[in-house]
Formats: sequence, C-alpha cells, structure tokens
Amino acid sequence: MGKALDIVQKTILYVILLVAMMIVIFPFIWLISSSLKAPNEVFAFPPDLLPKKLSLENFYTLLTRYAFARWLFNSLVVALSTTLISLLLHSMAGYALARLEFPGRNLLFLGIMSTYMLPLQAIIVPRFLLVKSFGWIDTYQGLIIPSLFHAFGIFAFRQFFLGIPKELEDAAIIDGCSRVRIYWTIVLPLSRGIFLTLGVILFMANWDAFLWPLLITRSSDLRVAQIGISTFMDPNITLWQFVISGSVLTMIPGLVLFFALQRYIVRGIKTTGIRG
Amino acid sequence: MALLSRERTPIAFLKRIWPKPGLRREQWLIGYLFLLPDLLGLFVFWAAPMLFLFYLSFHEWTSLGPMTYVGPENFVTLVGDDVFWKSVKVTLIYLVGFAPSVVVLSLALAIVLNTKIKARNWFRTGYFVPYALPMVVAGVIWAFMLSPGFGIVNYVLRQLGLPTRMWLSSVKDALPVVIWVGIWKRVGFYMILFLAGLQEIPEEYYEAAKIDGAHNWQLFRYITLPLLRPVLFFVVLIVGFRAFQVFDEIYVMTHGGPFRATYTLMYFIYERAFTFHRFGYAAAASVVLFAMAMLFTLVQMRYFGTGAVE
Repeated sequence: MGKALDIVQKTILYVILLVAMMIVIFPFIWLISSSLKAPNEVFAFPPDLLPKKLSLENFYTLLTRYAFARWLFNSLVVALSTTLISLLLHSMAGYALARLEFPGRNLLFLGIMSTYMLPLQAIIVPRFLLVKSFGWIDTYQGLIIPSLFHAFGIFAFRQFFLGIPKELEDAAIIDGCSRVRIYWTIVLPLSRGIFLTLGVILFMANWDAFLWPLLITRSSDLRVAQIGISTFMDPNITLWQFVISGSVLTMIPGLVLFFALQRYIVRGIKTTGIRG
Repeated sequence: MALLSRERTPIAFLKRIWPKPGLRREQWLIGYLFLLPDLLGLFVFWAAPMLFLFYLSFHEWTSLGPMTYVGPENFVTLVGDDVFWKSVKVTLIYLVGFAPSVVVLSLALAIVLNTKIKARNWFRTGYFVPYALPMVVAGVIWAFMLSPGFGIVNYVLRQLGLPTRMWLSSVKDALPVVIWVGIWKRVGFYMILFLAGLQEIPEEYYEAAKIDGAHNWQLFRYITLPLLRPVLFFVVLIVGFRAFQVFDEIYVMTHGGPFRATYTLMYFIYERAFTFHRFGYAAAASVVLFAMAMLFTLVQMRYFGTGAVE
C-alpha cells in the first residue's frame, strides 16, 4: 500500500517536472523552427510545428538588406572587450585589497562595496547626461567604458585571492620579486578558474545589456543586435520574420557559452553569489 | 589624534608615516596603482551620477541651455501627476506578482532537484537554459507565441476548445504576461542559487530528524528553511531589485501599453527623460525609484535580521 502510494507520488512529480520542462524549452524550439520557415509561412494559421520546407530566406534578407551582421559584430566587440578589460581591472583591484597593505585600504573597500547596493536604473539618467557631456554618444567607448565598473567583480576577486595560500608569494618576495611580477607570474596563472568563471558570467551580463546601448547610440552603425531586434518591433507594424531570425542569431553565443561552460557558470553563481 | 600628537610638526609626522624604502613603499605604491582605475571608474560612473541625481532633481533641464533651480517643484508635480501614480501602482503590482511566485517556484524546483531523482541533471540544465538568453529575446519569443492572430498559444487554446485571449493587446492580460516572461526567464537562475544553498546543508541533519520521526513538512520548516535563510535573503533582495528595474521586455513587448497597463516607474522615467527631455523631472522620479528600492532592502533586512547578510 505504502509502496503503491509512493509510485503514484513519484509519477505525479515526474509529470509536473516534464510539463514544466516543456514550458521552459518549447519557446526555444518554436523560435528556431519558425525562423527556418519561408517568410509567408511564419504567419500561417494554423501554424506548422516544423517548417514545410527548410528556408534560410529570413536570415538571408536580414543579413543582406539590413546591417544585422554589423549589429551582431558590435554586440560581440562590446561584450568581449567589456568583459576582458573589467577582468583585468577587477583582478588588479581585488589583488590590492586582498594582499597589499596600505593606509585606507579597508575604508576604500567599504566605499567600493557601498556602490554595490545602488540600483543602476535609478542613476541611469544622470549617468547618461554625464557620459553625454564627455561627447561619448555614438562611440564604442560610450558603450564600453561606463559598463566596466561594478563592485561585484572586485569583491569576487578579493575573496578568491584571500583564499590563495600566502606562502606561494612569500618565497618570491624573499627572492626580491616585485609585486607586479608576483601578480603577473604567480597569482594570475593560479587564477584561471576564477577568470573563466567570472568571465563567462560577465559576458552573459554584458550580452544582455539593453537600456544603456539604447540610450547611448543613435546611429545604425553602432547599434548592438539587441537594439537592432527592437527596431523591427514597431508598435504599428512588427517585421516578425526579422525579429525571430535576429533573435535566433542573437541567442547563439549565449547558448554556446552556456552549454560549453555550464560547470563554470554554476560554480561562479555558487561561490560568489552574483548580481541578479 | 593619537597618531598626530607624537610629533611636533606636520613634517615630522609625514616623515614617520611615509613608507620606508623597500617592501612597504612598494606595497603602498602598487596598492594604490592597482586600485586606481576601478576607484576612478566607480566614482565617475556610480558615485558621481548618484550625487548628480539629487542635484538634478531640484532643477529643470532639457539638457540644452542652462539648468534652472526650481526647488522641490519636481516632487510637488510628481505628487499631482496621475501618470506617475499609475506607474508606481504598476511597479508595485509587478513586484507583488513577480517576487513571491518566482521565489516559491525556484525554491520548490531546487528542493525537488536536490533529491536523488532520475535525470535530475537534465532537469537542472533544462530549467536553467533561459538564463543564457538576453531579456529582450525572451520578450520577443513570448510576444511572438502570444500574438492574438497567428500565435501558437491561441491556436492551442482553440484546438482544446478554450476561449482565446488578446494577451499583450489586452489591458487585463498585458501585465500578467510581462510578469510571466520575467518568471520564465529567471526561475532557473534562482533555482541554481537555492540549490547551492541546499547542498551546504549536511545530510546528517535530515537523517537525525527522520530517526526522531519528523515529517517532510517538519524537515522543511525546521531544518531547510532556517539554514537556507542567508540564501533566501539574498534571493529576495535581488528579485526585488529586478522588479523595481524591469524595463527591457516591456520596451519590446508593449512599450508600456496598452493604455499604460504595463507602464512601470522605470518606463515613466525613460519617457520623461528621453522622449520629453524633462531631465529634472525624470531625476525626481528616479529619486523615488531609489527610495523604493532602499526601503525594500531595509524592510528585508529587518525581517531577515542583519545576521543574514554575509
């Protein structure tokens, strides 16, 4: 009796889990399948689950008639350079906060962490005006530099470096190595894991950026892909065939990273908490 | 004071605290040098805008021409602005609709997937996949599926003999749909956070309690929940922050409509600043947004106790 109940319970649980899984995964399948339909089949009613005939016409038109390739390129350049530069800066700052002794260190750390709780959207208007006064509208530096700085990355690196045994560096110090060389030749090679972990998380966050690029770019040449998609979604007439094919292209880098580095993403979220 | 009193002159004081040649001086120098870029950046792009925000909220400015000081007038206008109150209401409804459901759902998934069930890694990965999508793309996908005319959701409803809906074109449905997209996108991410917390709880606690005859609910109530408190606090905090700042999906899905049904406070700020060029007014509304987020944080800290902050 108890065992039969157990089996019923388990079955119900699995059914719920599978239905939930369907709800989560189906939109991906539907998006990809629709993007591979011929342009007029996208709006067919009743809709076909799979394309009647595979067609790359949506992608072809998107890449030839519109500058979507350029927009994707912009997204990649911005997300990659933002991620790489901020990894370098945050690792330096984290190392200084974890390992070097100088007056005011704790106070500076407190100051850094106090920016962590500020909601970005609340300061986006003054930040925009400030960056505009630098003349950075419609520039790559306007897209990249303001997004480099976040207390979260500094904090994560500091915590990581505090966990590295100090003895590894002590020997080098006695040998008369400079701090910069220690950081570069001893500490960094030990930190590949955290660079990868933080790197993939920061890349995802930068790839997701929308409001800031929307504000800071006007010309089509500097548009990122995420903004490009939204330009096809005019409230009056939405060019769905380009919206969905553009979305497929835009989600590919994220998905590739996700499946290639899922282990690191999960570990990163576990060890550092992470911004939402 | 004690630091200063030992020397008679400032020069002597400086001489004492100035780093001796060698290791200490190098640490000072490298320490400041390594911190400098980040400190500068955090100041220019976080602290300075924060200060400028309060200054701006007491001024009127179109971003061209001079700024005029108007005192608290922006805030007074806000109080009498129906659109502002509408946007606050929408934001609070979003918070109430989004936060509890996403927290409960992700916690439930985490608890189930922390037990030794079959294929649990598949489920974990599956629920987590939407994390890899830009929010805009998540909004696009659902807007596409929920199109009243040719969308697959209405098609399925019709096949099942259920009434179809107008979804994003309907004043009643639009906000729930936007909330749903937020939940769909983030539930897996919070699930991973909860899983991390659950895995920290030693298995022996549960075994000991089971020997004492504790039921599942008691295990959850007296072991899981208390030990998960720090993670729960963190998740509730970032979920709340997310709710106050929601913008991307609304921009692509509804543009705040229909009839301002999804007009959040952030959308209000966006339009005041970048459509109407009323930067001072937008700054005043931003101050309100900031205050709401801070209030939310304080209430959570009260409720969870400051001990939960790690």
